[in-house]
Amino acid sequence: MPVSNLPPLKLHIPEPRQRPGDAPDFSDIVIPTAGSLARPDSATPASDLREYPYSLIRVLDEHGVVCGPWNPQLSTALLLKLLRDMMLTRAFDDRMFRAQRQGKTSFYMKSLGEEAVSCAAALALDYEDMCFPSYRQQGILIARGWSLVDMINQIYSNKADRLKGRQLPIMYSARAAGFFSISGNLATQMPQAVGWAMASAAKGDTKIAAAWCGEGSTAEGDFHSACMFATVYRAPVIINIVNNQWAISSFAGFAGGDETTFAARALGYGIAGLRVDGNDPLAVYAAYEWAAERARTNHGPTVIEHFTYRTEGHSTSDDPSAYRAANAAAAWPLGDPVERLKTHLIGLGEWDEARHEALTIELADFVKAAQKEAELNGILGHGLHQPFDTMFEDVFEDLPWHLREQRDQMRAEPESAGI
Amino acid sequence: MARMNMIEAINSAMDVAMTRDPDVTILGEDVGFFGGVFRATAGLQAKHGTTRVFDTPITECGIIGVAVGMAAYGLRPVPEIQFADYIYPALDQLVSEAARLRYRSAGEFPMPITVRSPFGGGIFGGQTHSQSPEGVFTHVCGLKTVVPSTPYDAKGLLIAAIEDNDPVIFFEPKRIYNGPFDGHYDRPVTPWAKCEGSEVPDGHYTVPLGKAAVVRAGEAVTLLTYGTMVHVVKAAVDELGFDGEVIDLRTLIPLDLETIAASVKKTGRCVIVHEATRTGGFGAELAALVQERCFYHLEAPIERVTGFDTPYPHSLEWAYFPGPVRIKMALERVTKD
Repeated sequence: MPVSNLPPLKLHIPEPRQRPGDAPDFSDIVIPTAGSLARPDSATPASDLREYPYSLIRVLDEHGVVCGPWNPQLSTALLLKLLRDMMLTRAFDDRMFRAQRQGKTSFYMKSLGEEAVSCAAALALDYEDMCFPSYRQQGILIARGWSLVDMINQIYSNKADRLKGRQLPIMYSARAAGFFSISGNLATQMPQAVGWAMASAAKGDTKIAAAWCGEGSTAEGDFHSACMFATVYRAPVIINIVNNQWAISSFAGFAGGDETTFAARALGYGIAGLRVDGNDPLAVYAAYEWAAERARTNHGPTVIEHFTYRTEGHSTSDDPSAYRAANAAAAWPLGDPVERLKTHLIGLGEWDEARHEALTIELADFVKAAQKEAELNGILGHGLHQPFDTMFEDVFEDLPWHLREQRDQMRAEPESAGI
Repeated sequence: MARMNMIEAINSAMDVAMTRDPDVTILGEDVGFFGGVFRATAGLQAKHGTTRVFDTPITECGIIGVAVGMAAYGLRPVPEIQFADYIYPALDQLVSEAARLRYRSAGEFPMPITVRSPFGGGIFGGQTHSQSPEGVFTHVCGLKTVVPSTPYDAKGLLIAAIEDNDPVIFFEPKRIYNGPFDGHYDRPVTPWAKCEGSEVPDGHYTVPLGKAAVVRAGEAVTLLTYGTMVHVVKAAVDELGFDGEVIDLRTLIPLDLETIAASVKKTGRCVIVHEATRTGGFGAELAALVQERCFYHLEAPIERVTGFDTPYPHSLEWAYFPGPVRIKMALERVTKD
């Protein structure tokens, strides 16, 4: 022990408000009234936007009524598309989660409760804009109309998997859909998105980039590097922080969330920072739309914190009941994005319970049909995998001698084993 | 043909590559207006513009991460890491991203990135300006690793690296930027203009990746080396009167094992020389490959002459450096019977 007559220092270890056994309590979360924030011009200098990282952009009130200047005024057709995209994402997650439990694949990650963050992006961005997602943005791919069969082939690592069974399930790559290869190493996509956006700008192109990471991985150096490059070169990029409160078992306090907001990271870089109700699909859309316009008009990057809640476990390998209060998701004060948009559409007279129920069933059947089709190509570990030789392809453009030798060794192994 | 030192040759390689391909883009600390701390990019910004040659914030992770994104867009980035000693913050972006993106995306996102970085010691750089971390990268699948030893090779290899569709780590032996080094630190450096390998064509040519060069023919012993040590080894063999065959590997991955094996089968003896630390270094891989291919031709154990397994010491640099004496002792052991 150090000896001194000064009062001893104390090390602060963050602790979430509740743990298992406690009743969930989110009363400390400050929720501004929907519609209460002004919508500045998207060219406003970051220095004039200092209140936004500390507030919360909300459009839908508790009755599903749109309020205030951030209302994106979407057509009914687009509102219905957004609802359908979120519901399809939810149906897909539900079925794939069960497929993992049935032993058809090794791993899955749901985005339950966070569908607005992904699906609204696909609506607000141009199809040609490049997305650098983290592992919970499957909604972008779904909302961009990508083939569910293709996604399930990847999840099953089967013989039709375009990624040749090399990637952990859900780590999609779909260049044709502007969806960058997902990395399991966190936040690496953030500076990459900035680099892509810089290239687009350097070439005089019109496309912008967007990247997503969790609040937990904003602690990575890559996030800092991304913000640094983004501000220095005024890159046309949207840097999204999906604050779903939990990084596996570590609450947002372990990423600095007790001390400030994640959107406030933007301030130190001179980047515009928006904090948005991530469970309000219209607010999320409005934030993307604002940031996209800012980027596309050469006014630089935006950091958006999507304030949401991870309703379920981190992945199929996780058990949140071991570290957080039971029923916490149900108590989340900002509700559920599907329910909120549904209520809004019903209020407009454009939707009703019967149609919602029918769509739920239709989408479940749609996913089920896609799953059946994908299963014709095999499920994980049941023999219908890629040819063994594909293991050595794409390490380099051409196969060097040492990989040729190793491939030949692999080919000889079954014979040696008497197979 | 013009005489160039290695810096001029490297500069010329980038100029040629940028002129031929508008997607070649240079980024790095101090590479823009100033032209690099070693002047390797001097004049390139003025000629090719600020959006193709630009200075960056001091974040190696960011430099490589941004280069990966640029390559995903379709550019052909040539990032500079100012000293190889500074490359470690970029490791995740190199190892987990650049090196594996072609594979994990099944060819959707090839990564034609060439990372240039001055490396190696002998310049009183201390432990943060002298390291030879090539072994870190040769261990990574999906990366090519190149080390030139002359201005001619530097230009030809760098153009080949930039035109290659896979990520290449291009380590430049900074001790021999201005002239080859014979291993005697107390002798003046002979400028490249007076040495072999400094006649460099002005225009486009390539030295293919994956091809070694026999830089001195011999019958008694094969010496495998690269970078600065090519010149140290050649000088040592000549001064000591050994009939050594000196092979400049030039590319470590993919390795030209054919040239190596043909030589060792002829001489029956092999000495591997690199400046990098010994344990787990690229020399260990070379020794393993040589014994796998040439075991029944070997007349003596394979020897490694390397830097010691310590950080690169500032004041004791020349006791650390694998110079003529260490090479001589290895040659004596390997040829004694």
